[in-house]
Amino acid sequence: MLRFTERGIYCPQADMYIDPWQPVEKAIVTHGHSDHARWGMRRYLCHRHTAPILRLRLGMDIAIQELAYGEVLTVNGVRISLHPAGHIIGSAQVKLEHKGEVWVVSGDYKLAYDGLSEPFEPVRCHHFVTESTFGLPVYQFPDPAMVFPAINQWCARNAAEGLNSVLLGYALGKSQAILAHLDTTIGPVFLHGAVANVNASLGEIGFQFAGARITSETDRKAIKDAIIVAPPSAYGSPWLKKLLPYRIALCSGWMQLRGARRRRGVDRGFVLSDHCDWRQLNDAITATAAEMVYVTHGYEEPFARWLCEERGLQAKEVHLQGGETGEEDL
Amino acid sequence: MKRFTDLFTAIDQTTKTNEKVAAIVRFLADSDDRSKLYAIALLIGNRPRRPVKTSDLKKWATEIAKIPDWLFEESYHIVGDLAEAIALVLPFDSISPNDYRLPDVIDELSKLSEQSDARKKDIITDYWRHLGKDERFIFTKLITGNFRIGVSRQLVIKALSIHLNMDEAAVAHRLMGKWIPAAETMMSLFSEPASGTRDFQPYPFYLAYQLDTPPESLGDIEDWYIEKKLDGIRGQIIVRNGQLFVWSRGEDLLTDKFPEFTQLAESLPDGTVIDGEIIPWQDGQPLPFQVMQTRIGRKNLSQKSLREAPLVMVCYDLLEWNGEDIRDMPMSYRRNLLETLLSSPTAAPDVLLLSEIMPFNNWPEVAVFRQHARDFHCEGVMLKRRDSSYGSGRRRGNWWKWKTDPLTADGVLIYAQSGHGRRANLYTDYTFAVWDETGTLVPFAKAYSGLTDKEITELDAWIKRNTTERFGPVRSVKPHHVFEIAFEGIQKSSRHKSGVALRFPRILRWRRDKSPESANTQTDLLELIAAVNG
Repeated sequence: MLRFTERGIYCPQADMYIDPWQPVEKAIVTHGHSDHARWGMRRYLCHRHTAPILRLRLGMDIAIQELAYGEVLTVNGVRISLHPAGHIIGSAQVKLEHKGEVWVVSGDYKLAYDGLSEPFEPVRCHHFVTESTFGLPVYQFPDPAMVFPAINQWCARNAAEGLNSVLLGYALGKSQAILAHLDTTIGPVFLHGAVANVNASLGEIGFQFAGARITSETDRKAIKDAIIVAPPSAYGSPWLKKLLPYRIALCSGWMQLRGARRRRGVDRGFVLSDHCDWRQLNDAITATAAEMVYVTHGYEEPFARWLCEERGLQAKEVHLQGGETGEEDL
Repeated sequence: MKRFTDLFTAIDQTTKTNEKVAAIVRFLADSDDRSKLYAIALLIGNRPRRPVKTSDLKKWATEIAKIPDWLFEESYHIVGDLAEAIALVLPFDSISPNDYRLPDVIDELSKLSEQSDARKKDIITDYWRHLGKDERFIFTKLITGNFRIGVSRQLVIKALSIHLNMDEAAVAHRLMGKWIPAAETMMSLFSEPASGTRDFQPYPFYLAYQLDTPPESLGDIEDWYIEKKLDGIRGQIIVRNGQLFVWSRGEDLLTDKFPEFTQLAESLPDGTVIDGEIIPWQDGQPLPFQVMQTRIGRKNLSQKSLREAPLVMVCYDLLEWNGEDIRDMPMSYRRNLLETLLSSPTAAPDVLLLSEIMPFNNWPEVAVFRQHARDFHCEGVMLKRRDSSYGSGRRRGNWWKWKTDPLTADGVLIYAQSGHGRRANLYTDYTFAVWDETGTLVPFAKAYSGLTDKEITELDAWIKRNTTERFGPVRSVKPHHVFEIAFEGIQKSSRHKSGVALRFPRILRWRRDKSPESANTQTDLLELIAAVNG
C-alpha cells in the first residue's frame, strides 16, 4: 500500500505523501520539525496541535486539515488516522488501512514520557515504518524523571556560584519539556527568540510555559543567576556573550556518548531525548506485532539486521532522502 | 571507586583547566595516602598491565547484554572507546551498587593474571553487576588501560604542587619513570629520596615548540646553538651506582631493547645522565626511520637485526654530572662538560656521538639549510639559547625546533569513515587517492586531521549526500574534492595499493580550486621517492 519514492513515502490509493520533502498535492505531516514538515505542499493534513507550528514555520496562508488522535478520515477507501507518537506536542503516527491491510508510519517517536506530549500509543499493524535514530544498544537512556531533577540541581549550583545556566535544546519539543520541569524558584527564566516563538504558537492552543523572551531591550543586569533556554544553534553565537558568565549544557540523546559531548565543547550533557532508545525501539516493534518492519532515519542497516537475524522478524532498511541526522534530532 | 569516579566526572564535565585542577586538589585533600597514590598513577597514565584480553571482555559483555558480536562492534565503532561501549551495552539493573576502594580494585586486577579464565570472568562480571553506570565505565577503563581522561600531566603536577606546597618542577621530576603505587607512600614518592632508592628516575624532558616567527626575531645568532634535528627516539641514558637505565620520552624503560648501550654501565662514571636522540647509524650517517621501527617492533633481538640497525645516541645535553643535577646551569656549561665526557677515551665513542653544533654565520644560512634539511638526513634544526637552563616540559623562549616544510601531494577524496570519540557520528577519517597509469584512482593516504571544525562539518554533510556505496562504517564518495596532503617521508611499499607508504600524512588544505583530474599521479609519487631518497 505504501511506496518509498524520491519525494517521500507515498500511498497511491489515497494519492497522499507522508512527510514528503518535495512539493506534492497532499501531504500528511507527522510533526512540526522541519525535516518532516516542509514548505510547498498544496494541502497539509496533521494533528490539530501541529497546525499552529506549521503556520508559524511555513506561513499563515497554508491549507491545513486538522485531525484529533484516533479520528478517521477515509480517502478513496483508505482509512487514515493519527495516533500519539510521544515525540513532541502534536506528534503523530500515521495509520493507513485498506482492505484489511494495516500500515503504520511512526514518524519520530518515543515511549518515555516527557510530561507534555501525549504518550505513545502502540498500534497493531502488518507493516511498521520505524525510525532508528538511536538504534544501537549503547543508547539506553536514563528515565527522564531522573534527568529533570539533575538539570535543576545543576542550575541551582551554578546560581549559587553566581553563574547563569544556559540549557540548549531544540526549540520545538525539547525546550518545552525542559521548561515544564524547571524549578523556577532557582532564578529568573529567559528564552531565546526561537523558543519564545514556538511557545507563543503553542499558547494559541492552551499550552503555557515559563520564561521571558530576551530582546534588545532586555536589561542585561536582570539576567543574573538565571536559567536561559536556547536552541543548539545559539552555541558559539555572539548572542550568548550577553549571558556571561555562564555554564552551558546540551540536552540531547547524543549526550549519551562522552565523545559527542566533548565534540560539542559544552560543560554538561544531559541525556534527554525525544526519540526512542534501544529498548524502546524494540518494545515498540514488539507491541505493533508487525510482520514487516521498514527501518529509516538513523542506524538503518544494523538495526534492520538485528531485527532479521536476532529477532526473527522481516525487516528492511529504507534510506530516505533528507534522512541524515540534522539539528532537529538533538 | 565512587570518589575517583566523581573526580573523573568533575574533570570530564568541565573544559576549564582551573576547574579541573581544583577538582584534583579537592580529591587529594579528601583521600588517604593509598588512594592518592593509586589515583595519581592513573591520572598520569601509569597504569597496571592489562590483566585480561580485550576479546574476552567483549565476549563476556555481549553475553550479558544478549547481543551478537557484530552489533557490539558496530556500537563500539561509534563510541570509539571500548570501556565506554561495554559500560553502555550492559543492561543496567536497579540493584543498589556496591562501593569498592580503588586501590583494592586495582590490586585485585593486578593479581588477576594468576587466576583461571573462568575465575577471571566471574570476578569481572561480578564487578560489572555491582557497580553503578559511571563506576562500571571507570572500572572497565582500569582494565582496558589507555586512561586518558581529559587531564594533562601538567594539570596533575599543578594540583599536586598546590596540595603538597611544592615546586612544580620538583613534582614533575618525582613523577617520572614507572613507579609502582603499591610500593610507595606519599612520603617516599615526594620527599628527598634516600641515596640509591630512586636511581632509575629520569628527569622530565625539555621540549621545544616549532618556531613560528622569523628567526631574526631571536636576535644575535651568536647567542644560539644550532643543531640538526634528527628523526630518532628522544631518550635519556642514566648511569647511577653501576646500573644503566635507558628511558624514552614516552617514559618507557627501553634498557633491554638497546644492548649496544650495556657497556655504558661500566664506561660512564656513576651519576651521569645524558639527553639525546637514539637513532640507527651507519658510516657516519643516520639510517631511515623505518629501520628503527622494524628494530623497536621486534620482541627478540637477533644478531641480524643488531647488525642491520646498529643504534647510537647522538648526545646533546648533560643533565647530571657526578651525581649533581646540573639542569639549572647554562647550556654552554653543560655542553662543555658533555664534550669533555664524550672525548674521554673510556666513553664508548662508537655508541655515544656528540651532536654537532652547526657553524652558521647568519640566519639566512640557517634558513637555506632548513629548506634542504632532507638532503642532510635531518628534519630541520634545533635552536637552543647558549645561556639557557634545561627546563621541564614544553616551553617557549629558550629552545625552538624549526622543521623543514613537509612534502606534499594533491589527492582526491574517495572514502570516508566516521570518527571515534569526540568525532563519533561525523565523517572525519578520509582516504585519498592518486591516478595510476590506467586512469584509476588508487588510495595512497589516510588522514584524520588538518581540517577546521567548520570544514569537517561541511565535508561531512557533502559526504552524506554524495555516497555511492557503503561498506559497514565506510562510505565511498564521488571523486570530486581535492586535498593537499602533507607528509614527512615517503617510501616504496608492497603493502599499499599505490605502492607507496607515507609517514605522518595529514591534510594541509582543501584545494577547492582544483578538479579531481588535476590531482597528482602514482608516477609523480614514485618520482618523489627517487628524489627524496636519493
